[in-house]
Amino acid sequence: MLGRTLREVSAALKQGQITPTELCRKCLSLIQKTKFLNAYITVSEEVALKQAEESEKRYKKGQSLGDLDGIPIAVKDNFSTSGIETTCASNMLKGYVPPYNATVVQKLLDQGALLMGKTNLDEFAMGSGSTDGVFGPVKNPWSYSKQYREKKQQNPRGESEDSNWLITGGSSGGSAAAVSTFTCFAALGSDTGGSTRNPAAHCGLVGFKPSYGLVSRHGLIPLVNSMDVPGILTRYVDDTAIVLDILAGHDPKDSTTVQEPVKSFILPTLTDVSKLCIGIPKEYLVPELSSEVRSLWSKAADLFESEGAKVIEVSLPHTCYSIICYHVLCTSEVASNMARFDGLEYGHRCDINVSTEAMYAATRREGFNDVVRGRILSGNFFLLKENYENYFIKAQKVRRLIANDFVNVFNSGVDVLLTPTTLCEAVPYLEFIKEDNRTRSAQDDIFTQAVNMAGLPAVSIPVSLSSKGLPVGLQFIGRAFCDQQLLTVAKWFEKQVQFPVIQLPQLLDDCSLSLENEKLASVSLKQQ
Amino acid sequence: MAAPVLRWGCPGTRWVLAWVGGGYRRGASIGSTSNPTREQSAVAQKPLHTAQKPRKGEHKWEAVVGLEIHAQISSNSKLFSGSEVCFSAPPNSLVSFFDASLPGTLPVLNRRCVEAAVMTGLALNCHINKKSLFDRKHYFYADLPAGYQITQQRLPIAVNGSLVYSVWGGKKPSQMVSRTVRIKQIQLEQDSGKSLHDDLRAQTLIDLNRAEGQLRVDANVSVHHPGEPLGIRTEVKNLNSIRFLAKAIDFEIQRQINELETGGEILNETRSFDCQLGCTVPMRDKEGKQDYRFMPEPNLPPLVLYDTTSLPAGADSQQVINIDQIRDTLPELPSVTRERLVQQYGLLPEHSFTLLNEVGLLEFFQNVIKETRAEPKKVANWVLNTFLGYLKQQNLAVSESPVSPSALAELLNLLDSKAISSSAAKQVFQELWRAEGKTAAQVVSEQKLELMQDLEALDQLCLSTMEGHPQVVMDVKKGNSRAINKLIGLVRKATLSRADPALIKDILEKRLQS
Repeated sequence: MLGRTLREVSAALKQGQITPTELCRKCLSLIQKTKFLNAYITVSEEVALKQAEESEKRYKKGQSLGDLDGIPIAVKDNFSTSGIETTCASNMLKGYVPPYNATVVQKLLDQGALLMGKTNLDEFAMGSGSTDGVFGPVKNPWSYSKQYREKKQQNPRGESEDSNWLITGGSSGGSAAAVSTFTCFAALGSDTGGSTRNPAAHCGLVGFKPSYGLVSRHGLIPLVNSMDVPGILTRYVDDTAIVLDILAGHDPKDSTTVQEPVKSFILPTLTDVSKLCIGIPKEYLVPELSSEVRSLWSKAADLFESEGAKVIEVSLPHTCYSIICYHVLCTSEVASNMARFDGLEYGHRCDINVSTEAMYAATRREGFNDVVRGRILSGNFFLLKENYENYFIKAQKVRRLIANDFVNVFNSGVDVLLTPTTLCEAVPYLEFIKEDNRTRSAQDDIFTQAVNMAGLPAVSIPVSLSSKGLPVGLQFIGRAFCDQQLLTVAKWFEKQVQFPVIQLPQLLDDCSLSLENEKLASVSLKQQ
Repeated sequence: MAAPVLRWGCPGTRWVLAWVGGGYRRGASIGSTSNPTREQSAVAQKPLHTAQKPRKGEHKWEAVVGLEIHAQISSNSKLFSGSEVCFSAPPNSLVSFFDASLPGTLPVLNRRCVEAAVMTGLALNCHINKKSLFDRKHYFYADLPAGYQITQQRLPIAVNGSLVYSVWGGKKPSQMVSRTVRIKQIQLEQDSGKSLHDDLRAQTLIDLNRAEGQLRVDANVSVHHPGEPLGIRTEVKNLNSIRFLAKAIDFEIQRQINELETGGEILNETRSFDCQLGCTVPMRDKEGKQDYRFMPEPNLPPLVLYDTTSLPAGADSQQVINIDQIRDTLPELPSVTRERLVQQYGLLPEHSFTLLNEVGLLEFFQNVIKETRAEPKKVANWVLNTFLGYLKQQNLAVSESPVSPSALAELLNLLDSKAISSSAAKQVFQELWRAEGKTAAQVVSEQKLELMQDLEALDQLCLSTMEGHPQVVMDVKKGNSRAINKLIGLVRKATLSRADPALIKDILEKRLQS
């Protein structure tokens, strides 16, 4: 049941094969079992059970609210949730309980979704590993998968198993781990430079970044306002489309959302790709790209070509400036956005009370980690009067050039771009932390980040397992506000590649035995 | 800030604030060292100080004054949030999540505020920018919960305006001279909260309602010798009355001159005005160079305005703002009204100013005009001298006057038809002021103030007066033309001031010629 698509589970709920409360309890039990992954910061068990109870009443009356009624979901801990602690994985916001729901959260709850909890992340979503939050790193469920373990035994390197777990990628690693371990059917992430797509690729999930302005940011605690979008993590493309269909549209509380009414995002089944033109940006073929990912990328292009699509090489000439440009724009907005965390109204406050200034300084020193403080420092430097022209204004100009690269390519007739999502598969934590956060972010965002500069929709789709038995994702990038077209292509691709389901025998067998009588062998999860 | 403890009742807020900026401009008036002149601002309507000529050997100083005028927009809700604006509401009672800067909240621009800004821009002859932008201005302060203020620094909603105004004091003090103040820009700006310092308990309380002080002015002042580069300026902050504004500027100009003449230097600093001592003092908590690290506000798209030609077809009128439509709703501007009063009624320019400067006075005047046959000039004299005089004496507003426009109009009609004399009219007015509800006609009849209409009786009175004063009659006949006035006075006295002196004069002249 837990491995099914949203629509299948929804049908099962309608038919009474399972009740929302049973479904909720199964997920809660899995959350317990997977606690060691550190996917959740807060598990909202009581809230979820209460919601399940209400959902159950609706189902009994035959008044279900829709496909999401009774469906467990998880939300990254940088979305405001009314009455539920929202920490951004920072000391600064420990104990902060927002009085309101983010618009996206409210929309999900209005559909009857069950909020299982708030998921782990890098502090204030600044990172690409989900390793830099105050609650500790998130462990990639694939570290414990049958697929990975078997391959590892073939090539033992003598590392101890416990210390050699893999990172999830980030910063929405908690959401990725939560979906990947079947503790929920969909999770909200946020995506500023790749924070939804990157962990999706590392955890074998669909990770979708909508067009900027399609989905409300109200209630999303910002990293870079001009690039942030709420992201969606699911196991299937169709599930993403169902969630997007609920989230998309104008929000009077977010002036940057589209004014025009949006159409339904429910996806048609594409059978013929011969009218499609797929662009392969040559600048994305970087030396750091692992040969395995490169080869999968190439195979994917061949697949489209063999099915009749037009596949052409295209150029996005300003791609190489993207990361450095992002650094300036991101840190500047971070410096500004973090200014409100002064210890006065909410969140952490130090004990020092010599003066207000001393209180500010100590509060912010204690409240933020090095990564956040470093970005604030850089950002304030770039925004100084004497530097503004040389850094911020220049970076904005470069941003425009990067966005124009995409416009030119799409104007030339390309429908969708196909690129890698990450340089390679997930790496072990111990290896990951050898480099600092900034270097890591710069490397890991390389394929995902330019999309945020341009506000385009993009989705990472799991393609295959690497030789190490770990997921590899590829990214599709669409035209602005052609999110449905993008997901339609992604759905076709998903069907072709038949990405294997994660096998977590210890976890799931236990779960199926203790919680339900039906046969729920992990291998059967993808056979529907 | 010395206060270590900060406390408030509930999450705080911000409210709406419009920013009317006066640009820096060179002072046209040149003052001597002993008596510098001050530039008039767009808001001040006080007589300009007359400049004394500099004594020989002294350098002339020229003062340059720029005003930053913060004016609250009268709207029902705040600039970027749905929470209300209400004068004297309990502290922190009108605070939305956005006003409290809760993480994740976003600004939403208030349409009414944009319309008010456009209207202000049009009234001040500004160029309205069809596209304007919002910026963040950063500084840490306890009453600025977001750590930045949303404003329009780079591309404001309106620029390059001007306001023509008149002041007394041309060559003759009673003369009006016309001056122009240039408006650099008008910008929409979110207000900060309010800090209440409690020195006794060493704490600061924050009120994020911020619905007080509808007008606040910062004055930038510098002095220099004509022909030389502009001097270093200081900023005098938070002046909330026109009187203090004028005092602060005068003081600051003189202080700077004294400082420079004794070999000192002017620091680019922020000062506050101590209204008790009448001097400006440096603000301790604004020490040091502020770099506001301006940055575009990413959560507000560019503010796009339309006019009738650029309005997109089928645009939802609720979604767009049409400049031309706002222009059509502009009321008649004061300068036009004043011009009209001079043209239409032949009023003196200074009278047109007085009529407009007092709230409700113009309307009162126009209502009287509607109901009376009396000459508009005469009506103006009555309204500006008698009526306004009574109001001022009792410190009343026009709306509080016991005499209605109709009552005054009736009185002026009686005067105009020569039913009463002007001195009797003054008496009637006094009675109307005292005894509310009575009509002028009632007062006249009760107090027997009608002019004598009986020509025969008047003729008899003239005749008996002439007989009683043969010496005066002789003087007149001898050619002392002024002697007739004495006779007129005597006849008037005999009528208990109820006869028209012109009429008496006519009769007397006829009699004296015969």
